[in-house]
Amino acid sequence: MSGGHAWSGRARRLVVAVPYLWLLIFFAVPFAIVLRMSVSQNAIASPPYLPLFDPAAGWAGVKEFAGALTFDNFQRVFSDSIYTYAYLKSLQIAAMSTAILLAIAFPVAYGMACAPRRWQPVLVMAVVLPFWTAFLIRIYAWINILQRDGLLNDVLMALGLIGEPAGWLSSDTAIFIGIVYSYLPFMVLPIYSVLEKMDQSLLEAAADLGCPRWKAFWLVTVPLAMPGVLAGALLCFIPVIGEFVIPDLLGGSGTMMIGQALWVDFFGNLDWPAASAIAIVLLALLLGPIMIYQHLQMRALEGRRW
Amino acid sequence: MVDDNASAAPLVRIEGAAKHFAGVPAVDGVSLDIAKGEFFALLGPSGCGKTTLLRMLAGFEIPDAGRILLDGEDIVPVPPYRRPVNMMFQSYALFPHLSVESNVAFGLKQEGLPRAEIKARVDEMMKTISIGQFASRKPHQLSGGQRQRVALARALVKRPKLFLLDEPLAALDKKLRAQTQFELKELQRRLGLTFVIVTHDQEEAMIMADRIGVMDRGRLVQVGTPAEIYEHPNSRWVAEFIGEANILRGEMVGREAVRTPAGTLRVAACGAAQGEVFVAIRPEKIRLSARRPDLEPDNCFAGRVSALAYRGDMSLCTVALQSGAELKVAVPNFMRGQSHVRGGDSVFASIDAAACVVLTQ
Repeated sequence: MSGGHAWSGRARRLVVAVPYLWLLIFFAVPFAIVLRMSVSQNAIASPPYLPLFDPAAGWAGVKEFAGALTFDNFQRVFSDSIYTYAYLKSLQIAAMSTAILLAIAFPVAYGMACAPRRWQPVLVMAVVLPFWTAFLIRIYAWINILQRDGLLNDVLMALGLIGEPAGWLSSDTAIFIGIVYSYLPFMVLPIYSVLEKMDQSLLEAAADLGCPRWKAFWLVTVPLAMPGVLAGALLCFIPVIGEFVIPDLLGGSGTMMIGQALWVDFFGNLDWPAASAIAIVLLALLLGPIMIYQHLQMRALEGRRW
Repeated sequence: MVDDNASAAPLVRIEGAAKHFAGVPAVDGVSLDIAKGEFFALLGPSGCGKTTLLRMLAGFEIPDAGRILLDGEDIVPVPPYRRPVNMMFQSYALFPHLSVESNVAFGLKQEGLPRAEIKARVDEMMKTISIGQFASRKPHQLSGGQRQRVALARALVKRPKLFLLDEPLAALDKKLRAQTQFELKELQRRLGLTFVIVTHDQEEAMIMADRIGVMDRGRLVQVGTPAEIYEHPNSRWVAEFIGEANILRGEMVGREAVRTPAGTLRVAACGAAQGEVFVAIRPEKIRLSARRPDLEPDNCFAGRVSALAYRGDMSLCTVALQSGAELKVAVPNFMRGQSHVRGGDSVFASIDAAACVVLTQ
């Protein structure tokens, strides 16, 4: 395979370079731009920040540019309690939604994996089906369902569970409903994929060695599902922290997640440097979870489960 | 000796066990006694129901009909986790998230034994099976042979009344398999346990088992010691499944001769066989010679070696007889170099009457 004459060394280097080129263009360069903006100053100009780098001025231009950079935005992000609140609220909402997602997704995935083989593709299809409708439309549909004269109140009142319409919309409950609904497939599928691959003879072995069914579930199924659980949890937790659309459309004015704070600074206040600083801090926060997720993915690629 | 035990107080008694899958019989009315301390092999081609029968003993399959008694008690309603029976799975089914030591300790922990006793029994078992040096490794860090030993230790540490092995050596290479066969047999003798093994490998069954039950299409077609089954097969099917055999169709002439396409064969007196019969002759029980033997044998046919397959320890010849029939003959290669029989040679094939097994089915 190696050193075949069809593959010259240069061609091979080119193939290896493609992913790096991709990362450079779509991650490194945008990141550099955001980083540079986060240490700039807000200005009423176009673009709305200073300093601007003037290549024509040569070395003096570089010195002038570097001298004008500032960490004021980061200082603001850390000192202004609005941002601290938004970060903490985002973490709290992400952690709680991940827990709720897990509680719902595990039984769903387990049921799917236990279903007859020929039904499983249909069930996977059913989990993925919502993706066929645009995300925004689905969230707007939830506004419809959750509003005062919406479907949810109609149903609950018809069942006699509540006497008068409750205000579901514009609350943290609505945010949780929206997040859990939107992210459920991302939690179900990784868990399903590990459960589905599990060797059924392991459960027979556990029974043979003296485990009743429920005990075998805790001692064998759950530990073996952990890689899927962890992957699903990170796959939900990481993007939920930066979620903007769901809290903006379903949440109340009292709740601000960090994605909304960023949006307000960028589009409302036209303060690009502050918004960039928020984004950089957010990325730093998520670096840990992202690295754990990458590590899991690498292990999965190496074909090792443990 | 073993047979006496079996008739006195069998450890396991299977009475008319049957199991259907979607209307297709997998086990079809099997009755069998297995004695305490016996090494019993269930042998048959794939799909013959031997694994289903084993899984009935473990409790993973519930028979549609029949009873299974262990020490006189019907265990059919007892779930697998309460049976004093342990099984070694063909895939080994080691828990991938647990170390070797935790795998071995798993079953004892379920019994709720004191920690110190578990530790002592696990250590002793790991020593017996010599896997102590891998105690802290995970199953994926072991070789196939090491995994097999861990699976063995994990089941045996429970001290089962009955130990079931489902194709235990199928995943091992030939050399290791031969060594493990010997060790398994030795272990069984030392621990005095009752082993029931499922295998499709007749050689493996013959080497290890005290008795063999041959299964075909859900039925137990013959039960006996390896020698009984090899030397006295009760049907054409068993004769051909266990080892190789020449099967000649013929007609009884009196009580001691059978008229076959090869010629009239003198056979040892056999009971009530009449009319159409089959004569089974093992290839190694036919002697080839270049000249007609001086001492007139029971049967002697002239022929020519039409094909010769060299197998190292022996060569398998096909001898075309003058009558047109063909015989497979095993010739031991006791001389180094060329076989003393060569393709195209004219030979005489001598067969003792006692070597001919007369079969009615």
